[in-house]
Order: sequence, then C-alpha cells, then structure tokens
Amino acid sequence: MVTTFVFVVAAAVLLVAALIAVLKNNLVHAAMGLVVSLFGTAVLFVLLEAYFLAVAQVVIYVGAIAILIVFSIMLTRRVGAQWGNQTNPTWPFALLAAGVLTVLFALMVRGWNPDQALPAAEAVPGDVTARLGAALVNPGGYVVPFEVASVLLLAALIGAVYVAWGGRKAEKSTQR
Amino acid sequence: METKILWLLPLFPLVAFAFIVLFAHRNRALSHTLAILAVVLSWAGSMFLFWRALQVGAAHLAEEPFHSTVAWLPIGKGFFRLGVQLDPLAAVVLFFVAWTIVMIFVYSVGYHNYGAPEGDHDEKGLPPHGATVEHHGHKHKVPSIEPMYSRFFAFVSLFAFGMYLLVVSDNLLTLFAGWEIMGLCSFLLIGFWFKKPSARDAAIKAFMTTRVGDVFMLLGLAYLYTQVGSLSYADIFNPETLHHLATTAAPALGMSAAGLIGLLLFIGTVGKSAQWPLHVWLPDAMEGPTPVSAMIHAATMVSAGVYLVIRIFPLLAAAGHEAAFASPMPIIAFIGAFTALFAATIAVAQNDIKRVLAYSTISQLGYMVAAVGIGAYVAAAFHLVTHAFFKALLFLGSGSVIHGMEHGVLHTGEHVDPQDMYNMGGLKAKMPITFWTFLIGGFALSGFPVLTAGFWSKDEILAEAYGLGHGGVFWTLAIAAFLTAFYTMRQITLTFLGKPRTEAAVHAHETPLTMTGPLMVLAVFAVAFGWVGVPEHFPVLGGLLPKWFQPWVAATFEGLLPEHGELEFSYFPLLVSISVALGGLLVGWLVYRGVQRADQPDPLEGVLGPLYGVLENKYYFDELYTYLLVKPAYWLGAVFTFRWMDRGVIDRILHTVAYFSWRLGNFLRNRIDLPIVNGLGDAVAEGTKGAGRLLRVVQSGRVQHYMLLALVNATALLALVYYFVTRS
Amino acid sequence: MVPLSWYLVVAALLFGIGVYGVLARRNAVAILIGLELMFNAVLINVVAFWRYLHPAQVPGLVFAVVIFAVAAAEVAVGLALFIAVYRRFGSSDVDDINLLKW
Repeated sequence: MVTTFVFVVAAAVLLVAALIAVLKNNLVHAAMGLVVSLFGTAVLFVLLEAYFLAVAQVVIYVGAIAILIVFSIMLTRRVGAQWGNQTNPTWPFALLAAGVLTVLFALMVRGWNPDQALPAAEAVPGDVTARLGAALVNPGGYVVPFEVASVLLLAALIGAVYVAWGGRKAEKSTQR
Repeated sequence: METKILWLLPLFPLVAFAFIVLFAHRNRALSHTLAILAVVLSWAGSMFLFWRALQVGAAHLAEEPFHSTVAWLPIGKGFFRLGVQLDPLAAVVLFFVAWTIVMIFVYSVGYHNYGAPEGDHDEKGLPPHGATVEHHGHKHKVPSIEPMYSRFFAFVSLFAFGMYLLVVSDNLLTLFAGWEIMGLCSFLLIGFWFKKPSARDAAIKAFMTTRVGDVFMLLGLAYLYTQVGSLSYADIFNPETLHHLATTAAPALGMSAAGLIGLLLFIGTVGKSAQWPLHVWLPDAMEGPTPVSAMIHAATMVSAGVYLVIRIFPLLAAAGHEAAFASPMPIIAFIGAFTALFAATIAVAQNDIKRVLAYSTISQLGYMVAAVGIGAYVAAAFHLVTHAFFKALLFLGSGSVIHGMEHGVLHTGEHVDPQDMYNMGGLKAKMPITFWTFLIGGFALSGFPVLTAGFWSKDEILAEAYGLGHGGVFWTLAIAAFLTAFYTMRQITLTFLGKPRTEAAVHAHETPLTMTGPLMVLAVFAVAFGWVGVPEHFPVLGGLLPKWFQPWVAATFEGLLPEHGELEFSYFPLLVSISVALGGLLVGWLVYRGVQRADQPDPLEGVLGPLYGVLENKYYFDELYTYLLVKPAYWLGAVFTFRWMDRGVIDRILHTVAYFSWRLGNFLRNRIDLPIVNGLGDAVAEGTKGAGRLLRVVQSGRVQHYMLLALVNATALLALVYYFVTRS
Repeated sequence: MVPLSWYLVVAALLFGIGVYGVLARRNAVAILIGLELMFNAVLINVVAFWRYLHPAQVPGLVFAVVIFAVAAAEVAVGLALFIAVYRRFGSSDVDDINLLKW
C-alpha cells in the first residue's frame, strides 16, 4: 500500500521534473528539473531495494553530473544574455518520433504482460551489497568489467582535460 | 634471218619514239638523230629484204613467204597467233614505204629550220613566226626553229612504226592495230600546232571521219573472224576458205559473206583513203606541217587504205564471181570513179597550193579504188607505188615553196598568205631545184607520156577499164585525167612561171639541201619507177624493158583468183590517155599564163560563173555534214543529254532526294532527336539534379536531424522485429 | 509490490521524454540533459528487471554500476567537447554547428 503510493508519487515527480528538464527555456531551470528527476529515480531505486544504487545515483548523478551540467551552462552563457527559445523548429517530428517509440515500448510491455508472464519476485538477500562488492573485485567475477570501466573513466578524464584545455591555445591563435 | 629483220622493222621507229619522249626531248639534235637513225635502219632492213625477195623469186615467195608467228593469246584449245610476213605485194609496198619515210624524215630537219635561232614570240603550239637577227647593223627577220621540234620527230617516229607494222603484219588484226596507230598519229600531227583552233578542229575532224570508216571495218573483221575463226592471211586467203565465204549467205544486202566482209572492210578504206563520202577530212588535214601532209596523205596513211583493199582482193573477187549473190565490186568501182572526178573538179578551183594537192590525192586514190573495183588490182598496186613517190615529191616540193615564200614574207614584212598560189609567180628563177623536181612530180601526176612513172600506171588503169568493158568507169577516169593535168599545170604556172606577183615572191629563195635532197631522190623514182611495168605490147618500148612489176604482184594471189584471160591490147585507151594528159597540160598553161596580179580573179570564174563558187566551196559538203550530222550530234550532247537528261532528270532526282533527305533530317532532328533523345538525357540529368536538390535537405549538418532519422529507422526496425517475433 | 509493468512503463515514458529532449532542444547542454534522462530510464529498467527476475544474483547490479560509470564518463567528455565547440563557434546553439552539410 505504502509502496504503491510512494511509487506513484515518485513516478509523478520524476516525470514532471523530466518534462520541466526538456521543456523549459531557462536552462538553469531545466537543470534543476533534471536534478529533481534524478532524485525521483533514486527514490525508485530505494523502492526496488537497490540501496547501494540509490546512494550511488545521488552521489554520482546529482553530486557530479548534474553539477557539471550546471557549470557548463554557466560557462557557456554570455553575461546578461536572454535565454532564447531553446526548442528547434523540427520539434513536432521529434515529438512524433518520441511518441511513437514510447507507444511502441508500451505496447511491447502490454503484449508481453510481465505481471502474468513472470513468477512472483523473490526476496532480496540482505548482503546483496557485500556480494556486489565482492563480485566487483573477484577475479573469477566481474573484476575485468570493473577495471575496464576504470580505464574508461581514466580515458574520459584525460580526454576531457585535453579537449577542454587546448581551447585556450586555439583562442590565443585566433586572436592574432 | 629474214623474219628477224621483219620483226625489227617496226621496232626501230618505236624505240626512237620511246627514247625521244622519255629521254631525248630536250635535245633537238639527239631527237632528230634518233628518229632518222631508226628509219634509216628500217630502210636498210627493208632494202635487204627486198633484195632477198628478188633473189627468192615471186613464185616461191608467194608459196612460202618469209613468215614468223608467235602464240599471242590462248583461245580455247589453241592460240591466236600474230606474226610477220613478206610476200611479193608486201615487198613492193615495203619498198616505197621505206624510201618515202626516210626522205620525209630528212626533209623535216630542214623544214623545221634546224639550226635557226629561237623565234621572237614563238610559243609551243603555234607555227614559228621568225626571229630577228642583227646582220651588219641591219635587223631583219629570219625563219625560226620550230619550238616543238623534238615532239614532231617523236610523233612521226610513232607514225612510221604504225605503217611498218601494217605492212609487215601477217594478219588483219595487227594490220588494224597499225591502221589505228596511224589514225592516232594523224590526229596528233594534224593538230600539231594545237593552239590554232583550225588545226584542232581539223585533227578532230580527221579522227572522227576515219573513225566512221573504222567502225565498219571492225564489223567486217568481226564477221570475218566468226566465219573463219582466224584473221591471219594464210587462213583466210586459201581456196577452201574463200569458197566457203563466197557461198555462205550474209545476213544483209543479199550478198555472200565474202561480199559483205569485203564491203565492210572497204568502208574502212573509204574512211582512211578519203573517198567520197568520207573525204571531208583530208583537205582540212593540210593544217598540219607539210612533212605530215606528205607522210599521211601521200606515202603512208592513205596508201594503207588502198593496200588493204588490194590485200583482200581475193575475197572481193570470190564474192564478185559468185552469181548467186550481189557483188561489192560495182559499189567499189562506182565510189572510186566518182571520187576521182569529184575531187578533180574541186581541185580546179582551189587557190591554196596544198589544198590542190589534197584534192589531187583524193582523186588519185579514187583511181586506185576504181581499179580494184573493176578487178585490175595489179594496176591499182602499180599506181599506188608511183603515186606515193610523186605525191610525196609534190607535197615536199610545195613545202619547199612555202618555205621560200615565208622567207620572203619575213624579209619584206608583207602580210600575205605564203600558201596562196596567187601570191607567188616567177619562183622558177628563185628556186630552181624545187621547180624542176616539182615539174617532174606534176608531170608524173598528169601522166606525161613515157618519161614519168605516173603515165605507165595511169595508162594501165585506163587500159584495164576499157579492155574489161567498163565504159562508164573508163570515161569518168579519162575526164578526171584531163582535169588532173589541167589543175596541175595551173598550179605550176601560177607558182613558178611568169613574174612574181608580190614582194614576198620577189625575195623568196631556195631551200637548203636537207630539203632539196629528198626532192631530188624522189624525183628519180617518179621518173624511173614506171619503167619496171612497161606492157609488152607497147609500141616501140614494149619488150625492151622487162615487164617485171605486174607478174611480181600477181604472183601473190596465184591460185586464189577466178580465172580470167589476158587483156587484149588496144590503142584506144593509150591514145585517150596521152591526149588527155598533154591536152590538159596545154590548156592549163594557156589559161593561166596570163595571170599578172595577185588580186586578179581566177580566169575560170568568168567561164564557169556560179559553178566556180560551188567548186570553190567543195560542193558545200562540209556545210551539209555540219547541218546533218555535226549539229544534231552537238544538240544530242549539249541539249538532250546534258540539259535535259543530266541536269533536268538526273540532277532533279538528286535534288529531290537531297531535299527530302534534308526534310527528313530536319524532322528527325527537331522532332525526335532534340525532344526525345536530348530530352531523355536532359531529363535524366535534370531528374538527378532535382532528386539531389530534394535529397540534399537531409544533409543539413545538424546532428539532431541525423539523430531523428536514425531514431525513426531504429523504431521501424524494432517494430518490425517485434512484429515478427510475436507472430511466431 | 508494484507490478513490474508499471516500472517498465515509467521507464518507457522517461525514455520518451529524454528522446524528445535530445531531438528537440537547441542548446547542447539541454541535449545532454535529455541524454541523462534516457540513461536514467535505462537504469530503472535494468534495476527493475534485476529486482523482479533475479534479485539474489549480482550481475544485474554490476551491469547497472557499469552503466553508471559509462554515463559519467560520457557526460564528462561530452561537456568537454561542448566547451571546446563553444569556444570555436561562439554559440551554444547546435543548429549553428552545421559545417558538415552540402
């Protein structure tokens, strides 16, 4: 009972915030909307008893990514400029495509009807987080994807630094 | 040995011709040397062969002539053989041909003024006009050298080749070849001075007229070949073949094959020997240089016609003998006699010295043809030989006279025609050698008794005509003989006797030895040749000299002729002959010795009145032929074929085809090519451009468009896969 | 428990909104916001399936962790690129970055 209610509220918040994120012309408001929707997602994770992921979601997404986004918005805005219309002229097609896709997914779900198709869910073991941690560093487990993900992050770090850094030199050269 | 020389006789002049044309052209001395050397060699060969023939004897020579053949053309199982032959008739013909040709060649050196300077305004194609020379401070004009000197000798060499070929041939085909070569050379030589329109026209006239005769001759040869299967004398002139031909009916004219063949071949003679009605070319042929006139019209070409008709005499005799069929002989006799009288009447009214001789030639050839027509072929052959000598002499003499007159014309600067006899007079004192040789020739032509060769041959013809009972022929020839003597004396009187009538005649002088030498040699023959044929019954002289000529020639056709008896000797034709000859000479001298001035009208005009005009205009035959034949032929060419058929019909067809082609082309271009083909191409291009223009929009450069498109595609795929998955 | 299909529908809706955001927004950062929403939708899906199908096993969660890492890396690089592009073009409007056109 309670979970259903929480779910509905969380889902509604999530979706409304997402709508704000994609519809508002003021990008800061859009970023705020993103943040709220991220929080909504975290709530959903909690409902799904993936507690570690909920926390990870808040820390990584909200704490890092959303902040990053806000910074980018700030950095790329001329002082005192007005937010113009942030929707491009082909938005009807985009709406149509997104709508068709969503409807398609919904139909697929309806057609499969997982509630009948699947047996009742089991319980989540209590030490699932510990198991997750052990699996991530276990050589016979998922250490390789873990390391690969680390390397990926490293590469992304270096790449981002390089791409964003070299811009100053380019600026200097174009000023000549 | 003899046959080898026979083969070489025509070859020497041919080689000279080739050499002169190809190599020696620029060098005048080399050209005339080559030409004269060649004919001298041929003359030497001819004399040798004649001597050999005399050694062998007529009877044996007739049985087995010097004969050699080569297999020339493979026909069926065998060969068509060509070759050379010398029988008695050919031997005497060869004799006079060799002498006259050599004399004419030597004469030509002087005639064309070898050694004289180049003329002032001489050009190739016109007669030389004279050169101006400085002499002790005076300038005067002298005759100049002929500009086309080498060419002349080349052509006469070719001519000599043609005549030798004709005489030595053993078959009618090479005879015809030589005949035609001479026809070509007469064209080339009559039109020698080709820039003169009159010369050009005369050359064409000569060629065309003889061509008419030659066509019929060729028909005769073809018919003969189909009947006999061969054209060689040995195959034709033997009793079996002659009998076959005489008894086979010909498809036309009610004659036997022999008769028709003989008639057709005779028509060739009519053309070549200028008998009426094909006589019109010979007077105009005087446009050529005088040696040419001598060669063609005395010694060689016209003689070839008579030679042919004598050669085929066995055929004519066989045809005439057969009672079942019509005979060609009366036709031949008529044409000969008529021509003799006809031409003699015209000669009486001519003022140009060469024209008189031209008509005289026609007339004398008529004598020979008439003789053959009445069966007296031996007399015809005799007259042929004597005529060749004295006519060549007369022509060369006239050339000498003209030369002397031209010298006078150049000296005085007078513009008189050096060939008009009325401008001459008194040349006896100025040109004695020419005078005496011309007199001998003229007397021979008139038939001056005993002393000239012409008398013996002409008398023989008259005797045969009388003796065989051909009264019409006899009297016609007698009257013609009178006229012959008359116009000859007229010619001699006007030219040489009396006083000079123009300044040019005053300043004429004798021509050099190269010209007078041949005159003298020919004069000897003109006198002496008659003495080889004196009849036995002739008073006083008969029996003193052997009658060599007649049996010699008669041996050629031994056994081939129908039998006929010996002719009775009668004094009548002899008396007639002597009286017409002497009478004509006397009357001619009397009438014309009173002519004092050059512009005086001819005494005959008063006597004959309007008839004189008819004679002077040659009975208007040229005008008649022009009207009847030349103008229609020209019309046919210029109007009918050219204007109507060629331009009107054929060109119109072409224009129509062209027009429709053009229309078709335009249609194809504008209605099909441009809209459809071009349009198709353009449509493809335009379509591609349009499609490109439309499709370009997709490449907006905006990533979101690309992503949208990708999403649409992915969605579609997803839906498709889902559909198929759920279906199964 | 909330039925699985509800989670899936929510995820689908969120995904659709994210797609719209990616396709219809002018500013590059706004596009990245939409992208983040899509990632979130995917995560919800993955975790929902883990929870309802194999809650006792770990791989589902590992997958989700890996997705986290990748999403983070991608956003970082994407923003760095965006900064560089902003410097070059002087505009944050992706419609102005259209040199790769005809």
